[in-house]
Amino acid sequence: MEWEVVIGLEIHAQLATQSKIFSGAATAYGADANTQACAVDLGLPGVLPVFNEEALRMAVKFGLAIDAEIGKKSVFDRKNYFYPDSPKGYQTTQLHYPTVGMGHIDIELDDGSTRRINVTRAHLEEDAGKSVHEGFGGLSGIDLNRAGTPLIEIVSEPELRSAKEASAYFRKMHSIVTYLGICDGDLSQGSMRCDCNVSLRPKGQTEFGTRTEIKNVNSFRNVERAIEAEIERQMDILEEGGRIIQETRLYDADKNETRAMRSKEVANDYRYFPCPDLLPVIIDDNYIEAVRATLPELPDQKRHRFQKDHGLSAIDAAVLSSQRELAHYFETAAQIANDYKLAANWVQGDVSATLNRLELDITALPVSAEQLGQILLRIKDNTLNNGGAKEVFNALLADPSQTDIDALIDQLGLKQVSDTGAIEAIVNDVLAANPKLVESYLATPEDKRAKAIGPFIGLVRKAAKGVNPQVVMDVLQQQLNRL
Amino acid sequence: MALDQNQIRDIAELSRLQIDDDQITAYQQNLSNILALVDQLAAVDTQGIEPMAHPLDATQRLRADVVTEHNQREHFQAIAPHTEQGHYLVPKVVE
Repeated sequence: MEWEVVIGLEIHAQLATQSKIFSGAATAYGADANTQACAVDLGLPGVLPVFNEEALRMAVKFGLAIDAEIGKKSVFDRKNYFYPDSPKGYQTTQLHYPTVGMGHIDIELDDGSTRRINVTRAHLEEDAGKSVHEGFGGLSGIDLNRAGTPLIEIVSEPELRSAKEASAYFRKMHSIVTYLGICDGDLSQGSMRCDCNVSLRPKGQTEFGTRTEIKNVNSFRNVERAIEAEIERQMDILEEGGRIIQETRLYDADKNETRAMRSKEVANDYRYFPCPDLLPVIIDDNYIEAVRATLPELPDQKRHRFQKDHGLSAIDAAVLSSQRELAHYFETAAQIANDYKLAANWVQGDVSATLNRLELDITALPVSAEQLGQILLRIKDNTLNNGGAKEVFNALLADPSQTDIDALIDQLGLKQVSDTGAIEAIVNDVLAANPKLVESYLATPEDKRAKAIGPFIGLVRKAAKGVNPQVVMDVLQQQLNRL
Repeated sequence: MALDQNQIRDIAELSRLQIDDDQITAYQQNLSNILALVDQLAAVDTQGIEPMAHPLDATQRLRADVVTEHNQREHFQAIAPHTEQGHYLVPKVVE
């Protein structure tokens, strides 16, 4: 049977506030256990939560970026459950009146087309603490530093149709929240986590099949792999006439399989009710417009501009706009050199290759965007040829303290020789020293000579680094034709 | 709406309350009475009345995003039954 895959994602993004959503404790990552958990976070009796205005602003900013309805009235509710990393016995969240309502984003597919995916809602809520199950002699250790960190939970419509689309959606959301500066996007620190709802149905059927939820997937790659593995598992069951059990599953990346989490004996019932400690949050059009005025250029707008205004290819524009820091690096260099295409070739070529080889993030690259821009300028004014530019780049990689690019070019002797007279002398030396090569060149039929000139170019460049290749070609042809 | 005895057991489980079998009938009666009261409220015609999220006619105050609470771990953990390496210790729970 032919099956259709139905996927919906719930993405939790930690908001990059200084303090918690309802308390004045710090949200910094990596602090010593429980040193950032105050009386409110601990759920001690008699405390009252007070809502962080920056968390609200960030959520509204996100809503505007995905063209969503903004809730002018948001209400916090209590989602009740018992677990030691949630000392209050409930999570404060938004059930019926979320801050961000229905919106949408566009994702790019492999064939270059785009697909619009609707976003059901995004609500504000608090993160839980962390449980550590090893190292406490059979007990669990609880660290509540993370408890109360503001989150937005972004819920997609079940409109994604493949693991690839799901991963493209997750990437796009990552790109949007990091562009907005509302989330640091650090997946390795859990700043963004993704729950994947997956079900299959016979192609053509309108009602959904039974879904499972894969919890807490924390990388783009694993979203794709986890969903692939789950689709395969469900398909095997359905093909054999079995039934899918609605349950929560975990993805084991080492074994590349999902497995059921130990199911609770009693079905949970969160008994939501409006939080009596928090009043409705009311915002008006002025507030919303003031936030809208702070929206930066978003990835789609940037991609469009790179393509339309600066003539980049669709692929270059997509890659170079996908990450905020990379886009910033590229555009800084491009503006200094006043050449977007040259900068795109370099960032997509040598820069990306270097990042891959050294496993670095663009922000950690020793060669700054300004330095790259200077190198590109020197290519454009013919001071450097491409090979020389690479040498300068590599020299800076090894020692980024060199601030004066021109001095470095001199020091490395890479200044390109474009002076025809000087090149003529080198060419004549090469021709004189290689009579056999000259002979065989002259024996070559006219139409094959373009290729036969290659070895001479190599010899000239070996004899004098930094010669302008175009001038070498011209002089060589001229001198050889004279013979 | 009346609750049956199994529902009482489920609610007790969700609330992490241990109740003895001989208490179940009393809980069943009391909780069912509360639900009956809610049913009575629900029977009132509320057409055209906006749902209320809070009994106070006021809106939420916001706080500036500033760190005002500093580390008082020793103080808080002084009343915790069991701590180690800065962690609160609890019976092992793995989901």
